[in-house]
Amino acid sequence: MRVAITVGLSGAMAAPALAADINLNVEIPRLSVAEYHRPYVAIWLERPDNSVAANLAVWYDVNLRNNEGTKWLKDLRQWWRRTGRELSMPVDGLSSPTRAPGKHDVAFSGAGKPLADLPPGQYQLVVEAAREVGGRELLRIPMQWPPKETVNLTAKGEHELGAISVTLKP
Amino acid sequence: MKTTAKLAAIALIACLPVSAEAHRLWMLPSATVLSGDDPWITIDAAVSNDLFYFEHFPMRLGNIGADDDGPPAGAAKGPKGKGPAGRRGGRPAELVVTAPDGSTVEAQNGNTGRYRSTFDVHLKQKGTYRIAAINEMLFASYKLGGERKRWRGTADTLAKEIPANAEELSVTEGYNRVEIFVTSGKPTDTALKSTGKGLELLPMTHPNDLMVGETVKFRFVADGKPAANMPVKVIPGGIRYRDKLGEMDFKTDGEGVLSFKVETPGMYWLNASLSDLPSTIDKAKRRVGYTATLEFLPQ
Repeated sequence: MRVAITVGLSGAMAAPALAADINLNVEIPRLSVAEYHRPYVAIWLERPDNSVAANLAVWYDVNLRNNEGTKWLKDLRQWWRRTGRELSMPVDGLSSPTRAPGKHDVAFSGAGKPLADLPPGQYQLVVEAAREVGGRELLRIPMQWPPKETVNLTAKGEHELGAISVTLKP
Repeated sequence: MKTTAKLAAIALIACLPVSAEAHRLWMLPSATVLSGDDPWITIDAAVSNDLFYFEHFPMRLGNIGADDDGPPAGAAKGPKGKGPAGRRGGRPAELVVTAPDGSTVEAQNGNTGRYRSTFDVHLKQKGTYRIAAINEMLFASYKLGGERKRWRGTADTLAKEIPANAEELSVTEGYNRVEIFVTSGKPTDTALKSTGKGLELLPMTHPNDLMVGETVKFRFVADGKPAANMPVKVIPGGIRYRDKLGEMDFKTDGEGVLSFKVETPGMYWLNASLSDLPSTIDKAKRRVGYTATLEFLPQ
């Protein structure tokens, strides 16, 4: 299953000359377990000191009654500590439903928030996944922003995440 | 357990602030870091040897479970004519739940069983709750006609109940705090302000923001003043499944600041005490004790 989502407000008219994009492909592995729930996933950019530079996406049970899906957001342990606990969910442009096993394209436009405001520098793209009655996994991919040329980066999860690939386009 | 041993155990509880070394008091929350709109936590409170297993006595809490005078359900019975053993356990600790805005809120669904007390707290506010069991006691021992006597009570009754001709009078004022911290959403500090009474942990590192491999700093105060050069011990939970106790012994610095680091995630028991502090009661020695259960999360 392929799902393409554009996060952020990328109005063509607003695109500044320096805009660069992050195109991400996240694989949710198909697991052979008795009780399977789609994982909660958070994607963000952190500075070298682990502070959060930009929140990119949070996939969780956004459609449960009474906002009940937020009860398990703390299981995205690093994300919760670094930024989640500061937010009041759901957040427009950040929250979206969980994804089924498969590969998912996610595009973040450099013209929209939060990338348009991101100062040049060294960052790590972080993908954290936590699955109900399952495990948790976190991957960090170092990257330079903005890219001078098209850059392809990859990482591979072991249990809760599959292959992650990042394309940075100037 | 033989009756004599049982009585000895009960006697130890009776003297809690003074002999806190004998058994470990603790509270254990179901979670310390919570998200969501309507979180609850449940807490176990017990007196035990191993951490964190309920295997000896419930922590008696005045506002939970059995009433002030009653024994915990199924508690050991004392010798004939002396009433239920639970009544010998001294005054129950006072449970104080401080909400993020600094107000005091009620615990719910309280129960005292044979081995543990349990209660729930509905975290209606966002921020950090401080949940403490506080025991404030006055003890005396003296000789009357060559016979050693023990007494327990309050400052008001001390003068009335101890005979004027008591010899070798020794008075100890005890203030013991056993506490936990729980945060819904973003950690806050309002509930963690010093009360100025007893031994207290003041956050430099927030007690609900503890991660393995990161240095943690707490400032300790005794009756509001820095608890300098005070020994502090920290023991990881899960004692039953290992051979070594794994106790870590630290000391606060000249300003009462404790710095330490742990490498294994889990619940930890932190304990310290100070004796011979100045007391407002004439000729009394003041002893303060502190225990916290702290959760260290993996990175």
